[in-house]
Amino acid sequence: MSAEEHVIHEHGASVGTNVLVWGGLVAITFFEVFLAYMELPSGTMLTLLVCLSLIKAGLIMSWFMHLKFEKFSLVLLLVPAMIFCICMMFIFFFPEAFRLLEMRPH
Amino acid sequence: MHDVKTEVALDSAWSGGKSPFAIGSKKLGMWLFIVADTLTFSALLITYSYSRLTIPDLPKPFPINPAIIFSTTMTIVLLFSSLTMVMAVMAAHRNDRKKTVIWMVLTMLGGLIFTGLHLTEWMNMIFKEHFTIVSNPEGSPLFGAVFFGITGLHMTHVMIGVIYLAIVAIGYGRGKFSAEDVEVNGLYWHFVDLVWMFVFPLIYLMSVKY
Repeated sequence: MSAEEHVIHEHGASVGTNVLVWGGLVAITFFEVFLAYMELPSGTMLTLLVCLSLIKAGLIMSWFMHLKFEKFSLVLLLVPAMIFCICMMFIFFFPEAFRLLEMRPH
Repeated sequence: MHDVKTEVALDSAWSGGKSPFAIGSKKLGMWLFIVADTLTFSALLITYSYSRLTIPDLPKPFPINPAIIFSTTMTIVLLFSSLTMVMAVMAAHRNDRKKTVIWMVLTMLGGLIFTGLHLTEWMNMIFKEHFTIVSNPEGSPLFGAVFFGITGLHMTHVMIGVIYLAIVAIGYGRGKFSAEDVEVNGLYWHFVDLVWMFVFPLIYLMSVKY
């Protein structure tokens, strides 16, 4: 094992932690399915599902993809630019989608 | 002779010969690819969500039983394959080649089961419910385009991931690839799982037929 590999191993989470994160992901998935039973309005449902999915994405990126254990400079390189680009896409989404939703015949 | 400012610059992490992010070039390359691919899927999913909110007759073709139960099973299978991939990366860092390959084969199996289930669902939609990419019997024809477009692109990623896993597992088993290669492969696989964590709620759970 090289020195670099040893460092990566030392910084990774334990098996127990990874299984716990996995259990959390499964639990959130079942909660999402439970929400689908509730027949919530489209706007509320979309907001809740996106929030829960973002939590799941955070768990996967932090533990499974090891981002939590990388240098913070890597997080700064990847995450803010990605969030900025996604926010730019959402500029078109929020005012228009919800305005048109309100205009739909009920 | 360099002046003091130049010497400070040459001594910094950005002067070359050092790794400012403390990771290898393969891993950095994979992360940059993941960011780019995230934006591709984001654009598609945001378009789909926009259509879901604004088009009144966009079909909701998935009843809880069997469609949502079926897609939940697919989600659990893919999540399970992510856990086996985590175990493969951990085994690779322990230099345990045999266990690494076993965990990677299990991950591939998860990917293949997921693809099989997904294709079964597609066949059911196309041949029994008559949904195509340009038309469907329940409303706006746009649904077929976004549904088959997004899930098809994701399924392509899963199939490429299985092939990628096979290549890395064989190479690592023979001692040609390092633990870093397994970890980079793991990054890709977790990304495929991560994308599904958005596709499943937005495409399926937002389209439940009550």
